[in-house]
Amino acid sequence: MKRPTLLLAAASLLLSACAGQPLRGTGDLGVVVERATGSLQIVETTGQTQLGRVEGLGDLSHASVVFSRDERFAYVFGRDGGLTKVDLLRQRIDRRVIQAGNSIGGAISQDGKLIAVGNYEPGGVKVFDAQTLDLVADVPATPLADGSRNSRVVGVLDAPGQRFIYSLFDTNETWLLDFSQGSTPQITRFKNVGKQPYDGLLTPDGRYYIAGLFGEDGMAKVDLWHTRRGVERIIDGYGRGQQKLPVYKMPHLEGWTVAGDQTFVPAVGQHRVLVMDSKNWKQTDAIEVAGQPVFVMSRPDTRQIWVNFAHPDNGKVQVIDSETHEIIQTLEPGPAVLHMEFTPRGEQLWMSVRDGNEIQIWDPYALKLIKRLPSESPSGIFFSSRAHETGL
Amino acid sequence: MNRSRYIALILGLVLAPLLPIPAALADAPTPARQQQLERLLLQDCGSCHGLRLTGGLGPALTRDAIAGKPRETLIATVTYGRPDTAMPAWNALLSEQDIAWLVDRLIEGKPTP
Repeated sequence: MKRPTLLLAAASLLLSACAGQPLRGTGDLGVVVERATGSLQIVETTGQTQLGRVEGLGDLSHASVVFSRDERFAYVFGRDGGLTKVDLLRQRIDRRVIQAGNSIGGAISQDGKLIAVGNYEPGGVKVFDAQTLDLVADVPATPLADGSRNSRVVGVLDAPGQRFIYSLFDTNETWLLDFSQGSTPQITRFKNVGKQPYDGLLTPDGRYYIAGLFGEDGMAKVDLWHTRRGVERIIDGYGRGQQKLPVYKMPHLEGWTVAGDQTFVPAVGQHRVLVMDSKNWKQTDAIEVAGQPVFVMSRPDTRQIWVNFAHPDNGKVQVIDSETHEIIQTLEPGPAVLHMEFTPRGEQLWMSVRDGNEIQIWDPYALKLIKRLPSESPSGIFFSSRAHETGL
Repeated sequence: MNRSRYIALILGLVLAPLLPIPAALADAPTPARQQQLERLLLQDCGSCHGLRLTGGLGPALTRDAIAGKPRETLIATVTYGRPDTAMPAWNALLSEQDIAWLVDRLIEGKPTP
């Protein structure tokens, strides 16, 4: 008599527990990195709300995030070498490993089974099983001439054909790892790509990899359809004869900004956004902007380019008309705008205002602030739709 | 009047050498400025050297990491930057006092957040 009642009670408890968490998709979810507190906020863009916070992710300075192909898990790359797999639905850490001493970012493979992490210390790339976070491959970078350490790795991206591509900051190389034949990668090394590649980007179709160079004016391009052709230098000497301005924060190339047949990239040491013809990769224009550009991002419909800046101009954001190259508007959202992320169809722009301790949501068509959400020193904002974009 | 001025002078002369860095102390940034600099050290220096100053694109700046490096060298690095590296010259944005104060914070071991 008593047992069935107990069972019934247990069953109804279970049911009500499930009812507490209604079924939902993950396509409108995202995460905001709160770097000072080592936490991650989970947000959703439909109702523009904060769903929860996940803590205990370590040092999140310069943290970046990629997503599993089912958009349920976020992989967070922390400065302290931590690789953390976060369950967006359960709002908790699923797995976490400390895989190096100092890392910079990573990528998820085309099939979603491998996670590659780029490390400063020890310099190289480590590749993990996306499900278990077990080590699959360890690829040390080129040692420096004095043998003291290996080169630091920057700009790790996933390329079509189960490949990863990245650059070596200290030894001026670009490496391509091919995992299509199994867990021991075939490595192609491109040498002398240019001085101090600081970040890389991939065209949305995954064909061209371009490394930005810190040590000289120019970029290094690899055609992944024809890797035997090697590296080609583009927009060489874009600032020739000009006084280099100090760069108080490294620009990023993550937002590959192709607007029709034009490509917009930040200049280094100049307060300009460079425009290239995406067919022949020749520079067509240089747009004067308010500071050293950090992120140069196209609204998904490619009609506008949004730019934020390095210290001390990081309180501003400028919006450029992609057709006329004019500055449509200079916004002053608040102190230290660190990152911007468009929703996949571009009707919202989320912006982290670090020193204002808030996330701002803008309507990029009306150029109006819609909403503010509180956040502890927010930096990177990443939406789950990135799961289906190559090279992000 | 004369007498008290005389005493003050003597007192000053006696005490001055006891102060470790008289010039820096005299021109220390205001508390409000110190707060700004603290933030700059954490966030802006941190974007290359790590939020916990354990290094990144730039070298580690923890107390152990910079131990043995002369104060003047550190001040010169921040002031003029380092050629052929990503370290910019900060003298366009920071005063001598600001830079000295920041370097002293590093030498004494800035508490991590």
